[in-house]
Amino acid sequence: MKRFLQFAIDFIRAGFTGGLMFWAWMLFLSFFIMLWGYGEFVQIRDGMIVTNLTDQVSWGLYLANFVFMVGVAAAAVTVVFPAYVYKHHELHKIVVLGEMLAIAAVIMCLLFVTAHMGRPDRIWHIIPVIGIYNWPNAMLTWDVLVLTGYLILNLVGGFYFLFKKYTDQPLNKSFYIPLIFIAIVWALSIHTVTAFLINTMPARPMWHHSIMPIKFITTAFAAGPSLIIIVFMLVRKFTPLKIADEAFHMLSQIVTWCLGIALFLVLSEIVTELYPSTEHTAGLKYLMFGHNGLNMLVPFFWTAIALMVGSFILLLIPRIRKNMTILPFLCVGVFVGIWIDKGMGLMLPGVIPTPIGEFAEYSPSMIEMMIILGVWAIGLFILTVLIKGAVGVLLGDVSYGGKSDAAAT
Amino acid sequence: MSKEDNKENGAQSVSRRDFLRKAGTYSAASLSGAAMLLSNPKPAQATTNVEWAEHFQKNYRLMTEEEKQEALDRLEKRYSEEFGKEVTVDGSPAMDGVLFGYALNIQKCIGCRRCAKACVAENNQSRGDEQQIEWIRVLRLEKGQFSADDRDNAGYPGDYGIQVGGNAYKPAGVVLEGQHYYEAEQVPEKDAFYMPMQCMQCEKPPCVKVCPVQTTYRDPDGIVVIDYNWCIGCRMCIGACPYWARRFNWGEPSLPAEEMNPVTHYLGNRPRMKGVAEKCTFCVQRTRKGRWTACVEVCPVGARKLGNLLDPESDVRKVLETKKVFRLRADLNTYPKFFYFMD
Repeated sequence: MKRFLQFAIDFIRAGFTGGLMFWAWMLFLSFFIMLWGYGEFVQIRDGMIVTNLTDQVSWGLYLANFVFMVGVAAAAVTVVFPAYVYKHHELHKIVVLGEMLAIAAVIMCLLFVTAHMGRPDRIWHIIPVIGIYNWPNAMLTWDVLVLTGYLILNLVGGFYFLFKKYTDQPLNKSFYIPLIFIAIVWALSIHTVTAFLINTMPARPMWHHSIMPIKFITTAFAAGPSLIIIVFMLVRKFTPLKIADEAFHMLSQIVTWCLGIALFLVLSEIVTELYPSTEHTAGLKYLMFGHNGLNMLVPFFWTAIALMVGSFILLLIPRIRKNMTILPFLCVGVFVGIWIDKGMGLMLPGVIPTPIGEFAEYSPSMIEMMIILGVWAIGLFILTVLIKGAVGVLLGDVSYGGKSDAAAT
Repeated sequence: MSKEDNKENGAQSVSRRDFLRKAGTYSAASLSGAAMLLSNPKPAQATTNVEWAEHFQKNYRLMTEEEKQEALDRLEKRYSEEFGKEVTVDGSPAMDGVLFGYALNIQKCIGCRRCAKACVAENNQSRGDEQQIEWIRVLRLEKGQFSADDRDNAGYPGDYGIQVGGNAYKPAGVVLEGQHYYEAEQVPEKDAFYMPMQCMQCEKPPCVKVCPVQTTYRDPDGIVVIDYNWCIGCRMCIGACPYWARRFNWGEPSLPAEEMNPVTHYLGNRPRMKGVAEKCTFCVQRTRKGRWTACVEVCPVGARKLGNLLDPESDVRKVLETKKVFRLRADLNTYPKFFYFMD
């Protein structure tokens, strides 16, 4: 117990040690976290009226970001899976960094959901035993279940690994390996359930198709590893931790093929909807071409398509994919493209037009932007601390009775 | 404060409850209420404890009878102070052998929207510039008109062999433009007919299925209700409703004290708070006492019928037997108990 306490202290200390760059970065993030605090305060005080959401468009960018971040969280599996199933040596060394990313992403998800709720003070109503859990009927309760489970799995798995490394003890394989494999399957479940959350509503025809879960998974496994590649590159640049090029090659291949499948699914969806072009296509048509001058989403849609298709074509070429200078830019392209596609491109046209055929446009208010940016800042803040601590442990700088005081890197 | 219907409703509530206790609280409430009106329309410190108790109460459906009574008394006390008049909060459960159904004659509806307005007055919805909540939407549908000018891409498939459009761009009854904000000088308009929509009280309500905390549920008389004190504001129900029948309190509802209807039901028209969903309940505060809903009462052409589907003599059953009846979006298997009919 004492050792664990020491571990926690050392880990946090390592997470918060750094040079001028580090503190500038944390200060930068703190500014947005303050904005988040203010935004949440105003929203809880005045109600959701401070957002630009309406009865017509009652789900907006909060949920869009939530859906996207669930994907990023699930995508930690793209590091874990090759490491443990295919025994990818290079990824195996840094697998815990993927788990840290998942932890930060799930926390962001929970913050987005809280921001989306009209009455966050009543969140206890959804907690089993003290509240009512509409299980197994409501998809949202399933989502709570899988998200919480995933958070716990990653916290336990990641920190168990780090703690053992910290105390320099061998891992208990019969505990750790099953945990990892449960987490792999569980990762798929979080994004699948998030897809079920919105595609089980025939009232919203654009969402009501069974391609949704697999499309969610593939886009997640393209966007997530893209972010992981960027994070790993930063780790490699700013810390002495060595990450071999093979790890990046593996991840960029995953991005490429998942992006390819995702584009194929996008194509299938568009053709299936547009060919007969029934009344149920209104949402997709609005997204792609606008409606009677309401075409706010149109440039976003085509930007997303251009980013995804362009990145895919470039990633297909091995010489470019393996070029460590170009790769991060492609990753940013994929990441932004999928964020638009899964955020605005999915959430908004799903509820536009309304079931009685009304078109209403929505753009987030200042308060919404503050909260969204703030949650991202919180996520990056947590991620920075977790990654720095984990890197310290991996390098051996943070160890029990060791050089913990010299953890500054 | 002393509107005629208030008196009428007051008498009803006194007969329902212990007279002596009521008389005591009545005088106290009216005194403090009057003071409240003069000074500040918002609830004072005295109600803080009541509000705290509200925060920790259970889901209404799972409360014991005593807990329900406590919750109702708490609300009566708070609302009376807040609105400066004696407010009753009823908790009548569903009557046995009753399954409410509704029938609407779309041939008769003239689109006057009196139903929507009466509904707002009866059910204490938010009004004012900031947020107006109406449970009834009257859709204005255009009568079909074809003209030679509208023949887009006439004679397709055209030069390139691609089928691009159709000629009948203006079929009868286009709903796609959602014309429910029409402001006609005179109704019915010559080139339109109307279709009111509201909560259909589905037999298989998608909103109930998706609610993560079971704050919305179907009572035995077929009315889908919401425990406003338990709603977490996730808006899953709004997403799931194919009839767009649910409304959300984006901000603190604005309900002027003098316009507030003091005869309320816990699951129906009691004042709402910010951040919760609400919807038509077939005026549960009236219908469970054997009265018509406000919309049925006010309709100038008698297009609206309410009745007990289990009673062969009810208006709705007669409509179902003798008229041409249809339900909206039958493909979704929600089984609405709201029927449209024609003579």
